[in-house]
Amino acid sequence: MDTIVFDNVTKHYKSNIGIDHVSVTINEGDFVFLVGPSGAGKSTFIKLILNEIDADSGSIKIRGHEVVGMSARKVPVLRRNVGIVFQDFRLLPKKTVFENVAFAMEIIHKPKKQIQKHVPQVLTMMGIADKADKYPDELSAGEQQRVAIARAIVNKPKVLIADEPTGNLDPDTAWEIMQLLNQINQRGTTILMVTHAKDIVDKMGKRVIAIEKGRIVRDEYGAYGYQEALEKAEMTFDTVQLRNRDTFKARFRRGGDEE
Amino acid sequence: MKTFFYTLKQSFIQFGRNLNMSIISIFAITCMLLILSLFFILVINVNTAAETIKGDYDSIEIFLSDKTTPEQAQEMVDDMKTQEGVSDSFYKPKEQAMAEFRERWGKNGYLLDSLEDNPLPNSVVIVIGDLEKADALAEHAATYDGIEEVKYYKSTVDKLLDATKFVQIAAIVIMIFLIIVSIVVVSNTIKLTVFNRAEEISIMKYVGATNWFIRGPFLVEGIIIGVVSAGISLGITHLVYSKIVDVIGDQVYQMLSMPMVPVGFLTVNFAWIFLALGISIGSCGSIISMRRFLDA
Repeated sequence: MDTIVFDNVTKHYKSNIGIDHVSVTINEGDFVFLVGPSGAGKSTFIKLILNEIDADSGSIKIRGHEVVGMSARKVPVLRRNVGIVFQDFRLLPKKTVFENVAFAMEIIHKPKKQIQKHVPQVLTMMGIADKADKYPDELSAGEQQRVAIARAIVNKPKVLIADEPTGNLDPDTAWEIMQLLNQINQRGTTILMVTHAKDIVDKMGKRVIAIEKGRIVRDEYGAYGYQEALEKAEMTFDTVQLRNRDTFKARFRRGGDEE
Repeated sequence: MKTFFYTLKQSFIQFGRNLNMSIISIFAITCMLLILSLFFILVINVNTAAETIKGDYDSIEIFLSDKTTPEQAQEMVDDMKTQEGVSDSFYKPKEQAMAEFRERWGKNGYLLDSLEDNPLPNSVVIVIGDLEKADALAEHAATYDGIEEVKYYKSTVDKLLDATKFVQIAAIVIMIFLIIVSIVVVSNTIKLTVFNRAEEISIMKYVGATNWFIRGPFLVEGIIIGVVSAGISLGITHLVYSKIVDVIGDQVYQMLSMPMVPVGFLTVNFAWIFLALGISIGSCGSIISMRRFLDA
């Protein structure tokens, strides 16, 4: 079954192009990387799926449901069926880890018993069961991202969207997060991940969709393989990532030596 | 029902975690309600006074000289009854006038016991049905023989009623302004708390919470603030008004021969008014202040 189908979708902003006549199909169970330089249209792509913005023309179907022109009343229902993970985690600061994950179940009126049972399971799966009573600011970045993933998958969505989930993480932690995402994908959840992390894309060897200037320029299995875009992307990396890049290279060199 | 309890629980948590803001909001609404109550008290008492005066004075009283016999008085009564605009007319002997006078003085009526003779005159009372005709009727009454004076208060009554109406309208206008001001103050206060939580609201929306699910706790928080404020202002108003009635109630009664509105009656009515106002100010405030954040 086709999970995400873009059919000739166009979204223009006042001064620039968001995406331009994009058609693409993502099948159920796929693990897809969405790559491209900043401003290429990756964010637009994701915002369209979540109906944060509406397309100018074309059709977007999520598991058979049309998203373009969706009534505001149905948007919450759409979002409950699409898990989302952000670069900056976006956890509720005044809620504990448990409450953050439970919140996603509370909004769909799951019974308390089920919440009490299911949330610890998901936290265990994410390897943070012992942090249930902590507040987000007491956790490391990697742990926070695990909470965010737990929240995204606790309602067992068929689609998980990850918007640069490793962007704020050091390479080791980033790789751990990728392993978790891979596990989730193997259980049948379709994953669409936006990223700039060339090494991760290369290592995973999954389907890669490259966007540039609002158009899909490449769609194939394999590596990031996109030197020009990578350079542009790297120029926009924030200082944290620039700092991390050295550790990153060092780690690879080390890894190479060992092999 | 489960959602209801969830919302209620979240609201109390929110109320507690934002205690400073809650207290400021409560203070603002309480002040507004107290000023409002001042006007309410004024208006209610003015209304009561106006009713008393109207009841007393929508009539013409012809005071008769002592030489006038009851038969002559009866002729006047009969004649008056034929006039247009008269709803009733009767003879009031001086004894009856004294009895009414004593009654009006209430517990101070004993002062009248020291009078040896009844100084009050016999009179003919004309109850006016149509106030427009009052002038003509007064003139007509003045043509009778054997009368001492025609007491007719129309202009006084009119002036009083005009004044009452003015006070009422002014009070209503001021109250409307005060209510608007308090909604603005409260919505700004809540807006500050919401602003702190704008990020949270956007996350909730991402996870798929409906607007009402997010709004619920804020709405109930507003209502709690409203109810608490209503309670505080009601308590203060009750205490202050009891004190006022205690201190000047008797004087007012003697000067205007009119009782002040009783404390119990006022408190019970204010309870409903305050509760309604508090709840609507609190809930409107929270809905208005959230609108911007939920649209996105």
